Amino acid sequence: MPEKKYDVAIIGAGVTGCAVARELSKYELSVIVIDRESDVCEGTSKANSAIIHAGFDAKPGTLKAKLNVEGNKLMDRLSKELDIPFIRNGALVVCRSADEIPKLEELKQRGIENGVEGLKVLTREEALAIEPNLADEVYGALYAPTSGIVCPFALTLAFAENAYANGVEFSLSDEVSGIRKTADGFVVSAAKGEYSAECVINCAGVYADKIHSMVSEPSFRITARRGEYMLLDRSAGNTVKQTIFQLPTHMGKGILVTPTVHGNLLLGPTADDIDDKEDTATTRDGIASVKAKSALSVKNIPYNQVITSFSGLRAVADDGDFIIREDENVKGLIDAAGIESPGLTSAPAIALYIRDIVGKILPLKEKSGFIPTRKGITLLANLSVEERAELIKQEPAYGQMVCRCSQVSEGEIADAINRPLGATTLDGVKRRTGSGMGRCQGGFCSPKIMAMLAEKQGISLKEVKKNG
Amino acid sequence: MTRNMICIGCPMGCELTVEVENGQAVSVSGNTCGIGKKYAESEVSAPTRMVTSTVMSDSGKPVPVKTRTAVPKEKIFDVMKCIKNTTVKLPVKIGDIAVADVCGTGVDVVVAKDAG
Amino acid sequence: MAEHISLAVIGGGPAGMAAAIAAYDSGITDVAVFERDNELGGILNQCIHNGFGLHTFKEELTGPEYAGRYIAQVKERRIKCETGSTVLSISPERQITVVSREKGLRVIDADAVILAMGCRERPRGALNIPGFRPQGIYSAGTAQKLINCEGCLVGKEVVILGSGDIGLIMARRMTLEGAHVKAVAELMPYSGGLKRNIVQCLDDYDIPLLLSHTVVDIKGKHKLEGVTIAEVDEKSVPIPGTEEFYECDTLLLSCGLIPENELSLTAGVTISGATNGPVVDDTLGTNVPGIFACGNVLHVHDLVDFVSEESGRAGHNAAEYIKSHGKKANAPDIINITAGNGVRYTVPSTVDRANVESEIHLRFRVRNVYKGCTIKIVSGDNVILSKKKRISVPSEMEDLIIRPEILSGADGGLTVMIEEGSV
Repeated sequence: MPEKKYDVAIIGAGVTGCAVARELSKYELSVIVIDRESDVCEGTSKANSAIIHAGFDAKPGTLKAKLNVEGNKLMDRLSKELDIPFIRNGALVVCRSADEIPKLEELKQRGIENGVEGLKVLTREEALAIEPNLADEVYGALYAPTSGIVCPFALTLAFAENAYANGVEFSLSDEVSGIRKTADGFVVSAAKGEYSAECVINCAGVYADKIHSMVSEPSFRITARRGEYMLLDRSAGNTVKQTIFQLPTHMGKGILVTPTVHGNLLLGPTADDIDDKEDTATTRDGIASVKAKSALSVKNIPYNQVITSFSGLRAVADDGDFIIREDENVKGLIDAAGIESPGLTSAPAIALYIRDIVGKILPLKEKSGFIPTRKGITLLANLSVEERAELIKQEPAYGQMVCRCSQVSEGEIADAINRPLGATTLDGVKRRTGSGMGRCQGGFCSPKIMAMLAEKQGISLKEVKKNG
Repeated sequence: MTRNMICIGCPMGCELTVEVENGQAVSVSGNTCGIGKKYAESEVSAPTRMVTSTVMSDSGKPVPVKTRTAVPKEKIFDVMKCIKNTTVKLPVKIGDIAVADVCGTGVDVVVAKDAG
Repeated sequence: MAEHISLAVIGGGPAGMAAAIAAYDSGITDVAVFERDNELGGILNQCIHNGFGLHTFKEELTGPEYAGRYIAQVKERRIKCETGSTVLSISPERQITVVSREKGLRVIDADAVILAMGCRERPRGALNIPGFRPQGIYSAGTAQKLINCEGCLVGKEVVILGSGDIGLIMARRMTLEGAHVKAVAELMPYSGGLKRNIVQCLDDYDIPLLLSHTVVDIKGKHKLEGVTIAEVDEKSVPIPGTEEFYECDTLLLSCGLIPENELSLTAGVTISGATNGPVVDDTLGTNVPGIFACGNVLHVHDLVDFVSEESGRAGHNAAEYIKSHGKKANAPDIINITAGNGVRYTVPSTVDRANVESEIHLRFRVRNVYKGCTIKIVSGDNVILSKKKRISVPSEMEDLIIRPEILSGADGGLTVMIEEGSV
């Protein structure tokens, strides 16, 4: 017998699952989020370009086009409510010859149809005026002022923490192994137990097809498209101000060059469809390709300032659009599948879209006492000297530096570990505080952070995990 | 017989040429100082090494130790075994004996850092 | 209100301690050492192996013992040491912002500053090794800290990439602790570490050193399962068909050290592209008046004895700077020192000929392995110094001593170069 009953079970604690959880936490519903990993944002949401796309890229009339533009518009308010870094830095799609200008015009028209504001085709000179490091071969560019950058982990975690504060339960390290339809809903079997729910929302990223097929006829297939990235040190962060795209192809938006909200420079991704949905390895060819192709749009990239390379998997559906719908055959099963780019941008809009679907299955009654805001970890790096001094006076642990490269204190790391849905691994601390994300990549601070994690969990240093 | 070796007496790493007869060095060349000659002589007859490691302290943190002088090379792992089975009570000072006459070598294992 | 101090030394490792002691002995007693760790000694605390101090103390000490000698001297002089204190920034006017648990955040004006922050290891990301990013990959120094200071043996089956000294030392250390070190792979055709470390850390334990080899793939999604090592050609490109898989749970990286100059940059100090450390003159002064640099933050050393010696000079010079209020006795006569054939860099890179009081140490590294070579300092067409070397290798820093009178004969700048031998 299932131990606990819920109105809604969300499978997957990526940005989609967490955004949906937060949206549903506004209503009188009992909600649980189940994920196989030990932290939120461990899959597709973790390793991507971190762009809040303007929305000129998707084909008009698609879900991608609609939800991208809606999601983009929601981001200002959301970033304030949830205390996450978000910068509208604008984007340029560059072309390399006069022949390609019509393609930029086409993108612009598409954008206008999708409802994107402020699009403008620039000459080389106009583009150089706002972005001096464009490659010498750049002929012109489409400028999209509403494009932005965000920290995908911060966004996902903020959704999760706020959902948690509003009563959503999270069961992590809990891999779903089966789903069964019952008379009044579903029973979800997972590593830690069974959960009954009237409604199951499938936000399982590259495994959305597998989860779907546990309880319904296979109706779509998800391909993992691997993208490799290089991350450069903050000393390289000023190479460009805008996000620099190349003209898109059928495999995606091509290799971009962008600053990150943390001040680094990000290059990538490649696009390779792969069979193994666990294969997040980087390759020699992939990294070489990122280097070669990024140089086509931007010059003076200091490649020797690379601090890490990584790869992420995009969850690509067969027909290329998002699949967000209640299953025709199995009522109560809602799929949010094929959420590849612009999934991050669309997440808040996807959440609203799914809320409306849920509203047709379950009664939605607004909750009194919903807490709309969430306060992130207070990061010293964002404070003035006076504010820092005051904080250390109140809490001396903020005076003990642990990570020297990113200047992260013991106080911040303790907060990351101790808050609800807190970090249990080195990578978890890193993503919450930026520790170990600097030039030494945790060489100096990881023993100290391991000691703090070990103490909290009552384990030995050797048992502290890097991830997973 | 001629043996070529690199002196480990100091980080200079002099390349030594040693003429060996009946397991003894009869001449050494390539050395910069007396350490090199001595090293070559003992290396061909009875090689020795310093052993440095840590012993556990009662605080749960390791304390660095070393053999006061070099020990026979073939005894290194025996010495390590003995060191691993040793615990010291804090506080300790540099030079305190952690293990006396380790493995019958006549050499003490001593503390190499003030702790506690 | 900012506090004031005569000399602020940033870093309490071997460089910072030697600098503070020398400055104190040169008459500047209002010195404070700012150390981010909770004890003095810096990286020496985790270097429990022996081999330190032969030049300085004429005996062979372990790292903590060597540090202990200097800690004792610092204590004897009652030099102020602020441990657990991290300097966040230094302004070009030598105002430092420092933070600690006990004293909170403070702003301190200093008449002179000595940069002695040391260096850090090149991390995996900077090496662009393809593959997964699992648990079990450590820079050698991080593993050293975990094993020697925390008693945490990081793994049992080990491969080491890079033959830097820390990697070699860790090969032995892990072997002694019962781990199995399967191989040390080195990209270059020569080792990055000292010869004696290859003998006593690898040869003694039959650990193979694979020169001209590198790691080309890393396997294991969450935990490291193994690495693939391949031979590389003369351009460091892996040769197809030479790949070999090594099962292991630990990969240590010992692929070079980088001076840690983020703070120096906040002060506007110019950094050399060759050393990654500040560009300094013969007083070890940077381009920012009153800011000096020494030890591994200036350029990576292989011997701590050289660090101490160099830092002593920086301390003395900083004291002289403070005493003379930054004024020089004579009008400056600055000549440049250039790295010529076979020389990667020199420290210092300029010398003020008019104000040289004693001999100058000219330190540099060569680009390649040179046997039977001659090191020359030339000025115009004149060879002003020539020294024969049996061997000169990139892993061992060269130290030339130039007497002041030699400089007077120099015509314009000096160039340091290697003249290759016939071997």
